[in-house]
Amino acid sequence: MAPPALSHLRICDFTGQLAGAGATKFLAAMGAQVIRIEDPVRQGRWDILRGMPPYVDERRGVNLSGAFNNHNVEKLGVTVNLRTEAGRDLVRRLIEICDVVTENFAAGVLARMGFPYEEMVQIRPDIIYVSNSGFGASGPYQRFKTWGPIVQAVSGLTFASGLAGMGPAGWGYSYMDHHGGNIMAIAILAALLHRQRTGEGQWVDMSCTDAGAWLNGPVMLDYTVNGRPLRRQGMPHSNRSQSPPMAPHGIYPAAGEDRWVAIACRDDSDWVALAEVVGEPWAIGARYATLGDRLADEDDLDDALGGWTGVQDRHDIVARLHAAGVPVSVVATPEDRIDHDAGTSAWGLWPTVHHTEMGDVGVDGIPLHLSETDWRIERGAPCLGEHNDIVFGDILGLSAEEIAGLREQGAI
Amino acid sequence: MTGPGSGAVPAGPVPAGSLEGVRVVELASELGAFAGKLLADLGADVVLVEPPGGHHTRRYAPFVDDVEDPEQSLYFWHYNTSKRSVVLDLDVPGGASAFRRLVAGADIVLEAEPPGRLAELALDETDLRAGHPGLVWVAMSPFGRDNPRTGEPATDLTVLAGGGPVWSCGYDDHGVPPVRGGGNQGMHTVCLWAVMGALTALLARQVTGQGQLVDVSAHAAANVTTEAASYEWLVAGRTVQRQTARHAAVHPTMSTDAVCADGRQVNTGVPPRSAEEFRGVLEWLDEIGGRAEFHDIALLEMGVERGGVQIHEIFDDAEAMAVFGAGREVLRFIAQRVSAYDFFIGAQSRGMPCGIIYAPEEVLSDPHFVARGFPVSVHHDAIGRDVVYPGAPFVSPRSPWRISRPAPLVGEHQAEIFGPSPSVVAGGTGRGARGADTIGWHGETTLGTRD
Repeated sequence: MAPPALSHLRICDFTGQLAGAGATKFLAAMGAQVIRIEDPVRQGRWDILRGMPPYVDERRGVNLSGAFNNHNVEKLGVTVNLRTEAGRDLVRRLIEICDVVTENFAAGVLARMGFPYEEMVQIRPDIIYVSNSGFGASGPYQRFKTWGPIVQAVSGLTFASGLAGMGPAGWGYSYMDHHGGNIMAIAILAALLHRQRTGEGQWVDMSCTDAGAWLNGPVMLDYTVNGRPLRRQGMPHSNRSQSPPMAPHGIYPAAGEDRWVAIACRDDSDWVALAEVVGEPWAIGARYATLGDRLADEDDLDDALGGWTGVQDRHDIVARLHAAGVPVSVVATPEDRIDHDAGTSAWGLWPTVHHTEMGDVGVDGIPLHLSETDWRIERGAPCLGEHNDIVFGDILGLSAEEIAGLREQGAI
Repeated sequence: MTGPGSGAVPAGPVPAGSLEGVRVVELASELGAFAGKLLADLGADVVLVEPPGGHHTRRYAPFVDDVEDPEQSLYFWHYNTSKRSVVLDLDVPGGASAFRRLVAGADIVLEAEPPGRLAELALDETDLRAGHPGLVWVAMSPFGRDNPRTGEPATDLTVLAGGGPVWSCGYDDHGVPPVRGGGNQGMHTVCLWAVMGALTALLARQVTGQGQLVDVSAHAAANVTTEAASYEWLVAGRTVQRQTARHAAVHPTMSTDAVCADGRQVNTGVPPRSAEEFRGVLEWLDEIGGRAEFHDIALLEMGVERGGVQIHEIFDDAEAMAVFGAGREVLRFIAQRVSAYDFFIGAQSRGMPCGIIYAPEEVLSDPHFVARGFPVSVHHDAIGRDVVYPGAPFVSPRSPWRISRPAPLVGEHQAEIFGPSPSVVAGGTGRGARGADTIGWHGETTLGTRD
């Protein structure tokens, strides 16, 4: 097997959490040499995930977070104290040999630590610098702080997720940390392609809330063209499908506690197939024959269908509707989709990495495969400063004595 | 603090996009349209290949002025900016041969056909990459090309339900169904990954000279976009439970949404922790004249005096716990007395992360998003109007993201690309006027260039 796709690239990585670390995780899985720089004084805790649960056992500490491990596989980890001149000099030497500098501090923080873009360009004229902050590096909110739920709230994504009359349900996780990372990865890759064509580097300024707002979809145009806001009576109702209209389309109870199935009838033929499986008078009669009929009485239709699903095992419902060709799925629990789903296991979606202190741990894989230069995820996240000798010695060429000296003066 | 737009960018005409010179053939699909838009807005020349009559998403609402017209679907407009359009009937020899010629000059093919369909037409990746080893073929599908679940019918709803996001989203009341996040996010999710794969393969090609197949699964994409739900299970065998408008969690957490004086909502975010933040909320209380009414002033003052509270103290130090709790309470107290916007600005300007819960359209008139140039105006000749679109997801001044043109009309660029060849438009059997070497691609291809 050929080496992964990006094995020719090296990244000087100040990212953390997921919104930044997710971007460089992808690059690392694709073979880029990602050198993650952490602060030895605060034990890398700018990234709050460093000591956070879950843990594999009763041990705790900055090297033992399952969350941190998940987002930092395949990276090298070094410690550099940017408060010291020797530390800043190390970063200068790293930037000199890196293609990209990445970070997701609040806007302006890396500059205050001594590395504004102007400084990086002095070190390496074609450097690509990608910053990813909550509100970007310009505009009145540039100093405001965020984490995923704040980004989702301000960008419109929280509001757009919910059931009629119930207020926002939002996202039960940092959806925009994932996509902040993914869009940041796209920004990095696009800037690399631009550099390849022109020889130019640049500073790419990503605002996670811009990126979130950008993901709202066509509802934005319904407002700007037709003046129809999503903030209106009965909306949002995001388990239903407005565009294209489908009915039934929703999440229905199944037998058991907190067990649900999602059913979507794309057209009349899906409906006829569903109605035949249901076989009850309300379904096979004329009342709901057309999409218009079904949309007109969608609440009643949902109640009737929920009555049918509610007494059955969710897997039985799925099996029967699949056989009829109707889109259907259980609302999968983590256990369902990680331990009992041929779709994810055959994909190799949950690779096991070896982590120096945690041992073997399962992590999120990558949802795409390249036929020639595919990703690899085998090594766990770096312990704090785990690769100081490799990076400062083998890569930067410092002697063991020089590294020991840096350690003594608190620079690493 | 200067933004990246300042400084070293030369004045003059707007620079080309990052993907200038990259040629993309996109087979029109519902699943992949957003990926094509990304590539096109990043500067690639994306030719959308539509079936006779135009792709079916042209019939998706909403429409301009609510009048059903396949040329005025706002859904289609949104997902097809900056692309060109040709009509080819792949089921007839003339259309198939025109498609082959188009692909022969392309860097990337982007498709989300039902797995197997293109193979039946001898137009699949293996057929077309044979004579074109530099081609990057991005195949998107619900479960991947060669998976035990390939072929199962799926929609955005069932992908998000089966892939994990829905389990974590909804309300504290578990008698109410869990919720699918709005806005075609299953599709957006797989499209972002598809673009990551496409650009990665382009970069790899510079080293290897070879293109490759990029197989992208919407189901897999949803599965690795669920944050703690996955790693709590993978690492500790624990299951998160959904809660209203905040993270699903193994153990219940306090609510973070609050209704403000104007009836609008905020995410109250992270309560004060530093002494400065406690001082800030006390001043804020004074500003709104609420000090006398708030019952735990002493605890807030204690927050200042003790130099704030540390996260770890909150769990094992009773005083710290009480102080932290008062900080949380005072935010709710203030929220009830000011508008959501004033709460958002007031908390953030005092250093506390907090967010107003905007409806999507409200972003477009917010002063910050306006100042960053996020809403962009695109002229639509067809209706003689400028239409405001959501703009760039990031600012790359030397190779800017740009909507270079509105979504194309059906087959708008047929002659520009194939020359005068009505038989191809009609799906007839005649050869187009242009061979592969004369296809009307924009710019100069990056294909085959090497470092």
